[in-house]
Amino acid sequence: MFFELTDATIEPQRYRPKLTDSGAGGYVSFEGWVRDRNEGQIVTALEYEAYPELAQHEAQRILSEAYAQFPIRAIACVHRTGYLQIGELAVWIGVSATHRQSAFQACEYTIDQLKVRLPIWKKEYYQNGHSHWVHCSHCAAKAASSSQ
Amino acid sequence: MTESRPLTIKYFAQLREVRGLSSEDRQSTAATPADLYAELQNQYGFSLPQERLRVAINDRFAEWSDGLQAHDTVAFIPPVGGG
Repeated sequence: MFFELTDATIEPQRYRPKLTDSGAGGYVSFEGWVRDRNEGQIVTALEYEAYPELAQHEAQRILSEAYAQFPIRAIACVHRTGYLQIGELAVWIGVSATHRQSAFQACEYTIDQLKVRLPIWKKEYYQNGHSHWVHCSHCAAKAASSSQ
Repeated sequence: MTESRPLTIKYFAQLREVRGLSSEDRQSTAATPADLYAELQNQYGFSLPQERLRVAINDRFAEWSDGLQAHDTVAFIPPVGGG
């Protein structure tokens, strides 16, 4: 299990070797990208701020849960911090497994949990000059219930 | 008389912007994170209600009713937006 926060461009090929395992029949990855619009507004850039000590701890918990729930061989995740441009990679998750189904399931579980539980905040900057801290309104309650 | 404790408070995202600081040391008589947030809200005008936040003590998620100890580091976690 591997988790890292980085303020540099994420290069998935650097992390892919962490998943290699002679017993693995394949690997699934997810890349989250910065897109150019959100809820009708044109986004020009965004900023991720993290609480590193707590994010590292909570990410290890999420990856452990994925590992415990699905028969996978290895799992790794990297999340960006700092200012990102449109199209940049914000998060990368890779999972290797003996069979593909559990790799897909573990990858989806990890991104879903990470979005509601990791102490990382996103500020979007819009073309009209405004900026806004973005979150989903039900995340706090969902996060509180899922980490009990 | 209620005992006053030295605490460190970490601020993130919109709370950091409103406070204008990433962290500060503070003496407080607050017994729990809930008391402490009410005290800070009163002083700095944080508009996020406690129900929208989570709390961490010493870099681990904690409960609002947990007891605060001298030299604890407390962080209030606004709604997250990673991924």
